[in-house]
Amino acid sequence: MFLTRKAEFSASHICAHPEWSEERNRAVYGANANPHGHGHNYVLEVTLEGEPDPVTGMVFDLRELKEILNQEVIDPMDHRFLNREVPPFDQVVPTTENLAIEIWRRVDERLRALPREQTAAKLANVRLYETADLFVDYGGPQCG
Amino acid sequence: MRLTARYRFSASHRLATPALSAEENRRIYGKCNNPYGHGHDYVLEVSVEGPVGPDGLLVSREQLDTLIAKNVLARIDHKDLNTDVAGFAGRVTTTENLAAVIRAQLLDNWTLAPRLAGLRISETPRNTFSWESSR
Repeated sequence: MFLTRKAEFSASHICAHPEWSEERNRAVYGANANPHGHGHNYVLEVTLEGEPDPVTGMVFDLRELKEILNQEVIDPMDHRFLNREVPPFDQVVPTTENLAIEIWRRVDERLRALPREQTAAKLANVRLYETADLFVDYGGPQCG
Repeated sequence: MRLTARYRFSASHRLATPALSAEENRRIYGKCNNPYGHGHDYVLEVSVEGPVGPDGLLVSREQLDTLIAKNVLARIDHKDLNTDVAGFAGRVTTTENLAAVIRAQLLDNWTLAPRLAGLRISETPRNTFSWESSR
């Protein structure tokens, strides 16, 4: 069974590779490379997969998932300038693809740190909407 | 990594097949068989899959938008599917067949590095048709 929890955050960013010329960055990223940045209202959907616990009937405690998303994503990223305030985006271009990969890394690390008797649920998908009409899905490093 | 982008187009059509009698056409297609046609605001979702490049992108948004604009929107937006759009070849302009026409057009003209992974077309917010590429 899959469980999906949604969260929203707003942040600004610049998509530009620090080692590339302004011309090359503009060719690759277009207006996303504008030097003073711009922002999005990101919508995040995190999906966990697991069997419902026979006693609680839950795949995962939604309050705990909310807390993990708050600590790993919302608190550090909401109303922040990703390039300047949220590592590793001082080094890594904060495209929506790279943001999804980083969110997977952070959430997956928290889930793996939980004692096995507490949950067998695993992270299955990170969907990140940059706008209502554009989103990425990331299923973890093994999915490329 | 999979990226999905959403596009919109409006088109008219009429569902009718010469293989059936006028009465059978009315019975099968109902209002969609009305003689002067009708239209929809279609929503198309295009999904691509592949690895993320050193630029942090799976696909250039500009290249994807250009490909869809040229191969889908320019051919279909504000057109009549029955009379203006090539590719139906006598097939009824159902959204199932529209999805197949769009899929064939995209696959024949695909120039992007990531593969076309799926299409999803909503004829109205209540009717959606989707296709997933087999790996």
